[in-house]
Parts: sequence; structure tokens; C-alpha cells
Amino acid sequence: MSEHIVSVRVYITIFLALLVGTALTVAAAFFDFPWRLNTIVALTIAVAKATLVVLYFMHVRYSARLVWVIVASALFWMGILFAFTFSDYFTRHWLSTGY
Amino acid sequence: MIESHATTQEVHGHRALQHHFENMEQQREAGTIGMWVFLVTEIMFFGGMFLAYALYRNMFPAAFASASNHLDITLGAVNTGVLILSSFTMAMAVYFTQVGKQRPQIIALVLTLILGLAFLGIKAVEYHEKYTDRLIPGHLIPGASFGPAVQEHDQPMDAHKLHLLPGATLKQVEMFYWIYFAMTGMHALHMIIGAGLLIFLIIWSMKGRFDPEYHGPVEVVGLYWHFVDIVWIFLFPLLYLLGRHFEH
Amino acid sequence: MQPIESFEVPAPSKVNYINAQYGLKSWLLTKDHKRIALLYLASITFFFFIGGIYALMIRLELLTPQGDFLQSTTYNKVFTQHGIIMVFFFLIPSIPATLGNFLIPMMIGAKDLAFPRINLLSWYVYLVGGLITIYALLAGGVDTGWTFYTPFSTTFSNSYVVATGLGIFINGFSSILTGLNFIVTIHTMRAPGMTWFRMPLFLWSHYATSLIMILGTPVIAITILLLAFERVAGVGIFDPELGGDPILFQHLFWFYSHPAVYIMVLPGMGVISELVANFSRKNIFGYSFVAFSSIAIAVFGFLVWGHHMFVTPQSVYAGMIFSFLSFAVAIPSAIKVFNWTATLYKSSISYDTPMLYALGFIGLFTIGGMTGLFLASLATDVHLSDTYFVVAHFHYIMVGGTLMAYMGGLHYWWPKITGRMYPEGWGRFSALVIFVGFNLTFLPQFIAGYLGMPRRYHAYPPEFQVFNVLSTAGASILGFGMLIPAIYFVWSMRYGRHAEPNPWHLPGLEWRTQSPPPTENFEVTPIVTWEAYEFAPPEETEVVGRFGPELERT
Repeated sequence: MSEHIVSVRVYITIFLALLVGTALTVAAAFFDFPWRLNTIVALTIAVAKATLVVLYFMHVRYSARLVWVIVASALFWMGILFAFTFSDYFTRHWLSTGY
Repeated sequence: MIESHATTQEVHGHRALQHHFENMEQQREAGTIGMWVFLVTEIMFFGGMFLAYALYRNMFPAAFASASNHLDITLGAVNTGVLILSSFTMAMAVYFTQVGKQRPQIIALVLTLILGLAFLGIKAVEYHEKYTDRLIPGHLIPGASFGPAVQEHDQPMDAHKLHLLPGATLKQVEMFYWIYFAMTGMHALHMIIGAGLLIFLIIWSMKGRFDPEYHGPVEVVGLYWHFVDIVWIFLFPLLYLLGRHFEH
Repeated sequence: MQPIESFEVPAPSKVNYINAQYGLKSWLLTKDHKRIALLYLASITFFFFIGGIYALMIRLELLTPQGDFLQSTTYNKVFTQHGIIMVFFFLIPSIPATLGNFLIPMMIGAKDLAFPRINLLSWYVYLVGGLITIYALLAGGVDTGWTFYTPFSTTFSNSYVVATGLGIFINGFSSILTGLNFIVTIHTMRAPGMTWFRMPLFLWSHYATSLIMILGTPVIAITILLLAFERVAGVGIFDPELGGDPILFQHLFWFYSHPAVYIMVLPGMGVISELVANFSRKNIFGYSFVAFSSIAIAVFGFLVWGHHMFVTPQSVYAGMIFSFLSFAVAIPSAIKVFNWTATLYKSSISYDTPMLYALGFIGLFTIGGMTGLFLASLATDVHLSDTYFVVAHFHYIMVGGTLMAYMGGLHYWWPKITGRMYPEGWGRFSALVIFVGFNLTFLPQFIAGYLGMPRRYHAYPPEFQVFNVLSTAGASILGFGMLIPAIYFVWSMRYGRHAEPNPWHLPGLEWRTQSPPPTENFEVTPIVTWEAYEFAPPEETEVVGRFGPELERT
């Protein structure tokens, strides 16, 4: 596994893309999306920006498979924490017994 | 990896090679993977707070929007730009180390440090605004307990007063501000730690410690710095932006 | 018992990791994983005895139905501190930080862990966390139960919650650093030829344990931090008065603390896999199943935490999911138990002390695991929740499981660690005493709990006295049994018979170097050409003539 050196041009492109993403997310925040989509839009842009940082600034795109697995498992466990906790909160009122 | 064990027995060891590693490749790999594993713990650490945020935002949408709208969006956006720029200079620092250019490497590291400190400075200004508006939750600061002025409908707009949306209570706003301070405070703490690491890197790189074969520390601190950047990339929209559209 | 061919045991050298350097400084600043393991061994033994004293006080108080030995408030502190010390400062670091630290690099043929300085740091972090906790105990103690449930812990308790929380918070980093070190070491430091599926199962279970350590511990860290702030500064996300939800605390707490149970028991399972295979001289039955069941436990262990909250306002529907998944997590554990048993079948078992502990473990862990299923059933749990049934259940896992495995492992690797043999006769005797004492302590608690005796009370209705008298009697026997090894281990360090490099005649890498090992473990980096637990069948060895020279003459 020899080291891959990312070129300066890629870094600059990513940097500019991140700035554009920031401007976009600010602009989108003031726009009233239907069906409460604002959260989804904001999170999508954030995820896209984070992905760019992870893939290029953090070199994951050029890294060993193990690094991919590590990143994926972190997200998976975050998912567990969220999904199972919300499985409680979202179903509490289904059976209303008064508490 | 296994082959490299056998073949590099005779190769002359690099001066930075630690005794228990077989070669530089193994040492660098261990460092990088170690940092990634550490970042997993960081993700879970922030994850607990993100969970609390998601839960209460879902419970008290009006209060969270009211409180969020009171944050200074300009400062937040500028700070996001500053942090992204610092991530870029950090990436360049790693690049210059990889290609073995010492001077640009030092300059990039110093720039990263300056930008990091600028972020913390702007953050401090924001915190101070919250302090004067009495938005520090609970009695985190003794003698300045939570109690912001509330904007009434018939009064003229005042930037220092809190505009409560229908259905929001002050208690719930206080909850938002506690989560805000917990998350941004924890983020700022990570920035401070990162700045400390950068100072070490600058000293070491001025001593000429790093070369294309040995630059693990620069790379690893870079990973950490980018991670802190990513946390902010999520904090900014979640804390500052969601809820703006209710007002406009 | 055939000697190991294809490998020459190096001539006993006078220099080993213990006498390579002298002086207090050489220990306190060491970066050698073996010395750090001994530092951990000393410190966790210290905490074990503190926790043991609290256990003794609990059992003395419960000897009679009236609260005559301790006041109710004191009793609250005593059981809380017993739990905190035993869980956070003994059970969680016990096997990983001592045996794991010592053996992981040796078993993969490495010179040290990947990050020796971080390893030393983790011990200091542990120590600082421990000292802060001890300060809290001495200053006035803490009475919230080891679970720190809100809002009692944030609002109502008048004890040293913040200081204790800080101690546990700091200690958590020690756990994280250890787990990180193990994961990176197992990934990057394996000797040539040591593939994943040639690794001893001890390593698989430690890998799984480390996964839980790095994924779970940060969550408890932030939770305790938020709790401490809530208490100090009157801010709150757990406080109902501020619109918060105390159940959120329980979610976050058990997200770590249920998997933490597997942090405690998985390393024990690793030890048992070693003991069962090696003392029955047979390759483990279904190696890959045992290996992957460790990983499965680590993953499934994160999906069941809600079964601690069946009697809270947690949604019944979430409860059903958690209940179902709790049953599912029994499958990988059962795979292990069945595979150990199948390994024993038609093997040549030697009943040395470590094996006695291993056999004890299998039985006790099975009881502990099966009673866990009672508690994982929604309806039964309503009856059994917060009774002595729960106490008995988790002590069967923690003491009957982890402690037994820890003792077994300590005996097994003692010759490698110290270069001396422990007295075998005393070893077997004390293993038996501990087994009897343990069962006498906790078996009656199942019955008392089933009949309705609640936990965490210092007084109880007189009809439960017979069970408590039995339990206290058993605890005395257990305590006495634990003292015997404590004495002979110390004795053997000076007077024990010198151990050969491979006293048990086993193929594992850690036995292919001198006892005690040199600082860098091996003279040359070993090249692994054999599978784990590769005991050549006797007939084959006869044909090929693999017996040692003295046997070939006959």
C-alpha cells in the first residue's frame, strides 16, 4: 500500500465546492420548502460537504479498505443509537395508557 | 503487509522508526488507523449530543426555531468559511510534507493555526453576545442565570430580544441553548486541542523532523482537524439555519 | 503430550522483562506492555479488594431482616460503591488490561502493542480516575446506584455524584485507549504467517471487546458529562422540570452499559476458549464459529439495551423489539457454549487448576445466560425486575463468568508472567472452594428474588432470611476461597518452582519464548506456519516420528 498524493488542483476544487455548499445551505434556509423539507435539504448539503472532506481532504478515497470499514462502522453505530432510541419515542403514543 | 515484514529486515531503519515496528510503512499505517479508530470514538461522543438535539428539536420545534433564529447567522456563516479554509490549508500542509517542501509546509501549518484561532475568536464574540442577552442556560455562569428579554408583538424589533414563535416556552428555549453551548463548547474544546497539536507540529517541522518518508504526525493531526471541521459542517445548519424559514 | 517440533525454544537467558531494569522509575515509566500489564494487575487487585469489602458489608447487613448493621443511607452508599468499583475499576479492565495487555503482542508475535506510550498513558488515566473515585468515596460516598439514574442523581441525591462521575469519565478514556491500541495492534502488528484465522480465539474475543470499548465508551462519557453539568449548573436535558426526559438518560446510559456487560464477559470467553482447547489437547470445535460469534456478540450487544427499561415509560413496541433481539443475542453465546462442550467430547482432558475454572465457567455462564432470557421476556420481567433474581443473574455472569475466567487465565499464564509455577494442589483446592462458595452465595438469591425480595433494601421481610443466611455463608466461603490464591500467588513469585518456557506443552506463540519473556518477547520475529491449537494426532506423530528424542528411543 503505497501512499497516494492528492494533487493541489483537487484540493482547490474541493475547497471551492465546500464554499459553494455553505452559501447554498444558507440560501436554502430562508426558502420555505414544502412538506417541511428544509431539514432534509440542509442535512443533504451537510452530508455532501462532509463526504467531500472525508473522501479528499482525509484521503479516504485513496485509502485501504480497512479505513472504509472503520468509517462505515462508525456511521452504522450512530445509526443504531438513533434508530433504536427513536423506535421508543416514536411509538410511545401508539398505545396510550395515560402516561 | 506481511511480505514487507520479511523483506525489510535488512533495510536501514529510518531515524524516526520506533523499536517495535518492522518498518516505516507499518509505523505509518498503525498511526493512521489509530487516528481513524480514535475518530470513531469522537463520532460516538458527539453522537450522544446529536441524539439529544434531534430528540428535543422533534419535541419542541417552535422553541428550537425561535432560539435558533436568535443566533447570529452572519458570524456563523463566516466561521464556517474560516474553518473550511483552515481545513484546506491543513490539507496543503500534508501535501507539502508528502512532497518534502519544508518552507511551504510551515507556512501552511501556521496559516491553519491562525485560522483556527480566528474561529475561536469569532466564537468568543458570539458567546459574549449570548452572555449580554442573558441566554446562558441554568446558572452555568454564577450570577448570570438564564433570563432573556422577550420580544412582544406590539414592540419594535430588537435584535437583543428573543422572538418566541407560537407554542414556544422559555424553558424549551433554555433547553436549546444548553444543547447549543454543550455542542459548540465541546467543538471549541476540540479546536483548542487541535491548535495545541498544531503548535507542536510547527515546532517539529521547523526542526526539520518530517520528510516524505516520515510524516505520520502531520497526517494524523490533519485527520483530526478535518474531523473537527466536519462536526462544524453539521452544527452550522442544525443550530443556526433550521427554523429560519418560519420567520421569512 | 508431544513436544513442539519445528521450533527451538531459546536457551534460558538470565535477562527477561522483569530483571531487565531495576528501580521504581523503570516501572513507572515503562513502555513494555508486559510491565504495564503487571501495573494494571496490581491496581485492579487493589480495587477488587475494596469492592470485596463493600460486598462483605452488604452480606453482613442482609444476614438479618432488620437494618441493624448499617443505616439505610449507608447501605445505599455501600451497594452503590460496590457496584461502581467492581464494574468500572475491576471487571471492565480486568482481563483486557492485564492478560490482554500481556498476551496480545505475544500471541501475534509482535514486540509490543502498536502504541506503547498510549498504553502507559491508559494506566495513568485509569489511576487518576480511580483516585478521584476513591476521593469521592472517602469524602462521603455516593448513593445513586451504579446506574446514576436521573432525576435522583441530578436533583435529589446529596452525595458526591459529580466527583464519582468525573472518576468514571476519566476512567472511560483508559478503556478507550486500551481498545484502540488492541484494534490497531491486531490489524497491523501480526507476525508473518499469522493470518486472522490462525489467531488464537483469545485475540478474536479481545478484538470484539475492543470494538465495544471504542464504540460504546464515548457515549457514556458524554452522558456522564452532561449529567455532571446538569447537577452543577442547573441546566438540563434529563430534568423533567426543564422539559427534559429522564428516560433519555437511561437510553444513553444503557447504550454503553449493556454492551459493557460484553466488555466484561467477552475476554473471559476468550480465555475459556484457550483453556478448553489447550487442556483437552484438541483443536477447538468450529473455530470460525467461535471466532465470529465474538464479533456477533459485539454487534448484537448494541441492539438490546432497552431490556433494562421494560418497566419504564419506554414504548411497549420498542420493548418488543428489544426483547426479541435480547433472545437473539443468546444465540452466539450458545454457539460458544456448545462448541466448548463439543471440544471436550472424546478429548484428553487434564484437570489442572485452569481447566477447573474453565469447566466452572461453562456451567455458571450457562445458568447466568439462561436466567437472562427470563429477564428478557417482557411479561416475566415485570415480576422479576429489581428483585434479587436480577442480582443473582448478573452475578452469575460477572463473577461466575468473568471472575472465573480471570482466575483461570491467571493460573494458566502465571508461569509465563512470573516464570514460577503456582502450587497445583492449593490451586485445585481453592478453585473448588470458590465454586462451592459462589453457588451457595447466589443460587439462593434466585429463589429469594423469584419470591419477590427486592434489591437495594437494607431490611427485608423475615421469610427471606433463610436465603440470605445461606447467601452470606456462601459469601464467606467465596471470600476465603479468594484469599488462598492471593496468598499463594504472592508466595510463588519468590518460592514457586521455576517454570519452563512451555510448562503445559502447547503450540501457542506465547509458549515459544522463555518464561518470563525477554523485553521484546522474541529473539527473532517468529514466522507462523501452523494453525491455532494444532495438536498433531498421536498416530500421525508416531508414524512421522515426531516425538522428542527421549521418546523415540523407546
